[in-house]
Amino acid sequence: MDLDPVLLSRLQFAWVIGWHILLPAFTVGMASYIAILEGMHLVTGRSVYLRISMYWIRIFSVAFGVGVVTGVIMPFQIGTNWSRYADTAGNVLGPLFAYEALTAFFLEAAFLGVLLFGRKLVPPWAHFVAALMIASGTLFSSFWILSANSWMQTPAGYEIVDGRFFPKDWFAIVFNPSFPFRLTHTVTGFFVTTGFVVVAVAAWLMRKGRSVEEGRVMLSMTLWLLTFLVPLQIFLGDQHGLNTAAHQPAKVAAIEARWDTQPSFPLTLFAIPDPANETNRYAIEVPYLGSLILTHSLDGEIKGLKEFKPEDRPPVAIPFFAFRIMVGIGFLMLAVVAASWWLRYRGRLFDSPWFFWLCMAMGPLGFIAVLAGWTTTEVGRQPWTVYGMLRTADSMSPSLVGGDVLVSLLAYMVVYLIIYPSAVLIAAGLVRKGPALAPETVAPIESGRPSAPINIELVQEGKTL
Amino acid sequence: MNALNFVPVWTLILGAGIFFYVLLDGFDLGVGMLYNFMPDTRSRNLVMNAIAPVWDGNETWLVLGGVALLAAFPLAFAILIPALYFPILVMLLALVFRGVAFEFRFRDAEHKTFWDHGFFYGSLIATMAQGMMLGAFIQGFKVEGRVFAGGPLDFLTPFSVLTGIALVFGYGLLGAGWLVLKTEDDIQARARRYGCVCLAGVVIAIVVVSLWTPLASDAIFRRWFSWPNILILSPVPVATALVAWATWRALGGASQSGGFIGAVGLFALSYIGITISLFPMIVPHHYTLMQAASPPGTQAFLLVGTLFLLPVILFYSGWSYWVFRGKVRADVGYH
Repeated sequence: MDLDPVLLSRLQFAWVIGWHILLPAFTVGMASYIAILEGMHLVTGRSVYLRISMYWIRIFSVAFGVGVVTGVIMPFQIGTNWSRYADTAGNVLGPLFAYEALTAFFLEAAFLGVLLFGRKLVPPWAHFVAALMIASGTLFSSFWILSANSWMQTPAGYEIVDGRFFPKDWFAIVFNPSFPFRLTHTVTGFFVTTGFVVVAVAAWLMRKGRSVEEGRVMLSMTLWLLTFLVPLQIFLGDQHGLNTAAHQPAKVAAIEARWDTQPSFPLTLFAIPDPANETNRYAIEVPYLGSLILTHSLDGEIKGLKEFKPEDRPPVAIPFFAFRIMVGIGFLMLAVVAASWWLRYRGRLFDSPWFFWLCMAMGPLGFIAVLAGWTTTEVGRQPWTVYGMLRTADSMSPSLVGGDVLVSLLAYMVVYLIIYPSAVLIAAGLVRKGPALAPETVAPIESGRPSAPINIELVQEGKTL
Repeated sequence: MNALNFVPVWTLILGAGIFFYVLLDGFDLGVGMLYNFMPDTRSRNLVMNAIAPVWDGNETWLVLGGVALLAAFPLAFAILIPALYFPILVMLLALVFRGVAFEFRFRDAEHKTFWDHGFFYGSLIATMAQGMMLGAFIQGFKVEGRVFAGGPLDFLTPFSVLTGIALVFGYGLLGAGWLVLKTEDDIQARARRYGCVCLAGVVIAIVVVSLWTPLASDAIFRRWFSWPNILILSPVPVATALVAWATWRALGGASQSGGFIGAVGLFALSYIGITISLFPMIVPHHYTLMQAASPPGTQAFLLVGTLFLLPVILFYSGWSYWVFRGKVRADVGYH
């Protein structure tokens, strides 16, 4: 059979993780946002925070549900399609995945039930703690899974015995060279993504003239947050890039489509990379800028792709374009944040229709940036699963043939193409419904000022159940 | 590296983790199957809300089982998971439909029937797939060196089909026990009836599997029927018969929790039975727990955190169950 099981397995992994990552990109930030809103409501007693929180909790629960079921699929991929990798690297990576489940998944799952359904059953502070635990869980999860991913990019703290990785220094493994940069850059990216979703929804509500109070709070609060996070994210991205240049030179060469090693190299804004002839076509370049960005000096140099054997080079065009999409969106976001400063200064933040349209258009862009960034780093790691040590082609389950993988890939495609559009439609419906005018269900607790007697009565009611 | 041997403690942790998964998601999946036999929307809503706050935590034990196997016994993970390529695929996709149905069914009125079917068939197919994996695991796989060397359909045998059906009845029994615990009146009466049907299926399945397994494998036959094992192990079948009888009485009587406890007892005894048959193999016929274990450095690193985290997890998961204790209320959950 001509079907290549390695290529199909890679496509399958890209498919399931590409869809999956969209959910943490939203739920990691949203969990923290909900925890902050619940906390603000608890402290200030203002019901607007509760209304906003309840609005987003409904949307969060749809995203989280899909995130859970698509997340369960991920660890099994390592075994079904990449069992050689599991056997070779399991001694080192297994505990990182296990710690993710132990510190994050149980925490999120146990408290999600309370967050969604427990408002009437537990005291307000316990409900806030549930929100806080879910937010912590999403961050613990990010910590461990990005540690594992970073180890694959910049392996450290191991020794090789009989062709398999054995742990030598767990601190070096967990805090491997690219981990601090990847963790901060990714989590900030998730927060920014969530931020622009909130801004887009707030702008939509305000443009419609609905739930204006909620819209104002969401828009103002989130734009302040983005004021810090977007510049921070660009700075972190730069630092991450320097780290990649130090540890994964071939990836940086691919990202910048540099074929030759040369000092004072330009920045290629656009080109069609031509790997067969080891050159770029239709290149548009800015002199010296490449050196300045990647080495922070005008005469710095990085290794060109020609320094690496052809079989050790990553694909060029995919990281090259994906990186440019990510960076382009990053600067677009910065422009929107800068516009918000100007409008705020002029006192026009809440009545500029063009800005509402701009915010709405920005809503999905964070997801595209996250996907583009992920594509850059993962395709740029090729042809390795563990960088420089274990080739992707040597990682696959030996028992697989192309036909098997084709069947499973098609099955995943069909199911995801049913689930994701449904989730988007359902979430869009929840967005359109807008925040409830009067808080739902039990008014005494949810009016923002829980009066003690009623509260106690409800708790007791819970106890008698 | 050092002389300490962590394999026994990891065997216990992994064994407990898998058992928790089977019990907890077992009753979720069982409820998902019985869901289809509920007469109207009101009872379906109630039945779904009986598990809505807890299913997610229950399914997490599956993830823990997978990644703990990878961490503590990576060689077993690297052989068993690819050997079960298609049943795992089918299980995962079925669990997707089961899982999203909770959210989607209540929020997507236009396609409610579709998500209803997703919930039922998702639960049924995931259960069947898990049961077949168990059967295939007991029978063993073709292994060369450190890799699975068989074909993608090796898992499909009459025995694995039998264990698949057995688990459908088993989870159905757990689900019925849970519904008796969580519901009242007409829905509870239904749950009792369905529980009795499932119990009958479970008893037949236990008998057939208990005869089939030793007859198909000399090693397992010797394990159970050689002297003095036959004497030492005889309490297992005797206890199974007694628990089955007590479960029957509880389901037919007025007990609220007896059916569920009895179902748990039957699962525990079956689990012990399988352990007796296979111990100490983790890849039957090929690798023992010791041989498949990761190095002590790996097991120790994970053990330190696990010994702290597992009690914490059990504590707050228990708290979450406690919040939703008692009969399921129409006003708590999706509506």
